[in-house]
Amino acid sequence: MANNNTVLIKVKRQKDPKSAPYWEEFDIPYRSGMNVISALMDVALNPVTRTGQPTTAIAYDSNCLEEVCGSCAMLINGRTRMACSALVDDLEKPISIEPFTKFPVIRDLQVDRSVLFENLKRVKAWVPVDGTYDLGSGPRLSPVEQEQAYPLSRCISCCCCMEACPQFNEQTGFVGAATISQVRLFNTHPTGKALKTERLRALMGDGGIHECGYAQNCVEVCPKEIPLTQSIAEVGGQVMLQAFRDLLRK
Amino acid sequence: MAINPKIIVVGGGLAGLAAVIKVAEMGGQVDLFSIVPVKRSHSVCAQGGINAAKNLKGEGDSTWQHFDDTVYGGDFLANQPPVKGMCDAAPGIIDLLDRMGVPFNRTAEGLLDFRRFGGTLFNRTAFAGATTGQQLLYALDEQVRRYESEGKVKKYEHWEFLSAVVDGNQVCRGICAMDLRTMEVRTFPADAVIIATGGIGMIFGKSTNSVVCTGSAQSALYQQGAYYANGEFIQVHPTAIPGEDKLRLMSESARGEGGRIWVPKQAGDKRDPRSIPANERWYFLEEWYPKYGNLVPRDVATRAIFKVVYEYNLGVDGQPMVYLDLTHIDRKVLDRKLEGILEIYEKFVGDDPRDVPMKIFPGMHYTMGGLWVDFNQQTNIKGLFAAGECEYQYHGANRLGANSLVSCIYGGFQAGPNAVKYARSQQTSTDGVSSTVFDAERKRQEEANDMLISNQGNENPFQLWRELGAVMTKNCTVIRYNKGLEEADAKLVELLQRFRSVNLSDKSMWANTSFVFTRQLYNMLQLSRVVAQGAALRNESRGAHYKPDFPERDDQNFLKTTKAYFAPDADEPRFEFEPVDVSLIPPRPRRYDVAK
Repeated sequence: MANNNTVLIKVKRQKDPKSAPYWEEFDIPYRSGMNVISALMDVALNPVTRTGQPTTAIAYDSNCLEEVCGSCAMLINGRTRMACSALVDDLEKPISIEPFTKFPVIRDLQVDRSVLFENLKRVKAWVPVDGTYDLGSGPRLSPVEQEQAYPLSRCISCCCCMEACPQFNEQTGFVGAATISQVRLFNTHPTGKALKTERLRALMGDGGIHECGYAQNCVEVCPKEIPLTQSIAEVGGQVMLQAFRDLLRK
Repeated sequence: MAINPKIIVVGGGLAGLAAVIKVAEMGGQVDLFSIVPVKRSHSVCAQGGINAAKNLKGEGDSTWQHFDDTVYGGDFLANQPPVKGMCDAAPGIIDLLDRMGVPFNRTAEGLLDFRRFGGTLFNRTAFAGATTGQQLLYALDEQVRRYESEGKVKKYEHWEFLSAVVDGNQVCRGICAMDLRTMEVRTFPADAVIIATGGIGMIFGKSTNSVVCTGSAQSALYQQGAYYANGEFIQVHPTAIPGEDKLRLMSESARGEGGRIWVPKQAGDKRDPRSIPANERWYFLEEWYPKYGNLVPRDVATRAIFKVVYEYNLGVDGQPMVYLDLTHIDRKVLDRKLEGILEIYEKFVGDDPRDVPMKIFPGMHYTMGGLWVDFNQQTNIKGLFAAGECEYQYHGANRLGANSLVSCIYGGFQAGPNAVKYARSQQTSTDGVSSTVFDAERKRQEEANDMLISNQGNENPFQLWRELGAVMTKNCTVIRYNKGLEEADAKLVELLQRFRSVNLSDKSMWANTSFVFTRQLYNMLQLSRVVAQGAALRNESRGAHYKPDFPERDDQNFLKTTKAYFAPDADEPRFEFEPVDVSLIPPRPRRYDVAK
């Protein structure tokens, strides 16, 4: 039963993609410094609800537990964030834990975020190197250029920016901030920009960059503090210019 | 003979992706299997950098120096020719990564910047902030995505490797794997298989490793007849942040950029560390190792911290912790070169390491041992190759910092082409193999699943895992005694016994994560015995393997590779020893208080 040495968590669960969600509550033994992941690990160790009902371990995605692999994104107290860096001491109690709402639920807190990887294919988010054989060093870059590229390259594909975006939904099919920011990254690279036109055209049309409603939620929830709105503004300008050029060429 | 052979790669970290790229480039067809989307593999956690003797700092560095540092740092246990191959190839690998768009830090002139790491006196480590592994993994992930969109690579993400399909002639013909959502067990034929499944940190409970680093695949293969080499060599990183769920790495690059390790000279000193004057601080690494200072190799630094904490009782606040201090370094330099790791400390501990010395302690980090492979990265099972941390080849008895990333990529670059060449040289391709071989393996795995799911008992697998982690960390890490190792093995036998009474709270057949974990746990237990028994047999001290009762290196008896193999009837490991190829650099004493 709850006392000062336990933390109450409420978890929204779902057995499989087709069944209805339900909530379960757990009293977790408190330790200072614990995070939401360690609370979920405690449930696995002792899968019994607050009222003493035996249940199952909670399914969730996780891997590195240091906020660099992008796996454990979920809604914690209604906020889009990574569970590993959500420290229990900093959270209001009881703690509510839910899966993302804009991605298909697999089970419990696991959702299918493969749409982002498909989007990255669509915009050709890579540098088209000739091959892996020895061709000497890469292009010279100033420290200033490196310092612009590096923060964009730290995107962990967690999809927090997409979950938080009001425009990211089935109606718009919006591609989302993460992909647009990757377009900015590769369009800036001296070799990567060879595919710039193709990338920009991939962001036109249905679900393209024009769906952005400037709510700015993306930049607020990004765990890596990537300047996503700057990326959208810059790539938006590139897309406009490209559309104008394409129009003239017709 | 297959012109465009089908190659299966298991694992999508740096080694796996490097192999995929080479195979696709050579015209092979790749099926890539991974538990997690490959972009989330454990390679993302590598922080400090990647070694290559580019000699861009006018220091007279050379690939031979890199080779010598690596062999010396590994206490002469590594076979030398492959290590030389890796060090020779490293500068070209950096160039390639640079061309792929890795945002390496730059000098004012726009060239690659390099910093110093442990076990060397040269600035040899290229880096992208302090998230180098993440940046390298992304570069390879992007190239693989490109091949995927061209139809040369098919990804099976959220699939778990269960076993190899091995025919009656001990030739690997494919794999058996399980869909982690539908729980379907399936076999996949291939002309060759490359295993790149990373480390084994989970057998120590808490480590710096990711959740997927269970060693389950390596263990399954060992139980199928693959040799497992040098399993007793476990790297404990000197600087990790203790945590409830894991130990978080605090990169060696913090010391490479000038970070200093110290404790208050007076036991139980309660003062704010910033108010303790310099003459009342003990910079013990700098005092004991004047030449290398804070950048001695990891095994040396870890033992020194243990000594200060447990023998001198000088841990900070009487706790097992020492200071790692960056506060004397300019904030802008720290932000430019170390931001990623400072952010981790800030987020998980709550203090800003630019202002306050960090509190750190050693944590299990890496396995030097792994699947035995020949110089072509092929295991003793024909057609089965291995690359990356899951094999044993490049680091001897201790890995130098920033050598893991280069060994992963180089290993993958060797394994990929060698697997294609092997497949092309085969008279009978896998197409000609009877389906009964595949059916038998699938059936074996399905039966194992059925047994597990219907088992009646009272053991919780997560409880067994906690006990496994505790016994392995206590007895099989920094300081080893034969008595403790024997106790550990006895405990492992007990845990294997209790495993038979394991009872799953979840018996559903959809995305059942505890079921998957329990399968892995069995393999973890079997592999742990290789570590414990291998350590018991090696009565010497070498690199990361340290026995106070046998404090010296003993080349006479132990300049040998340990090779464990599984004895199915006895259900436990047996051991052989193989001489080490020291044909290029004769072994000499390893010490870091003076220059080599």
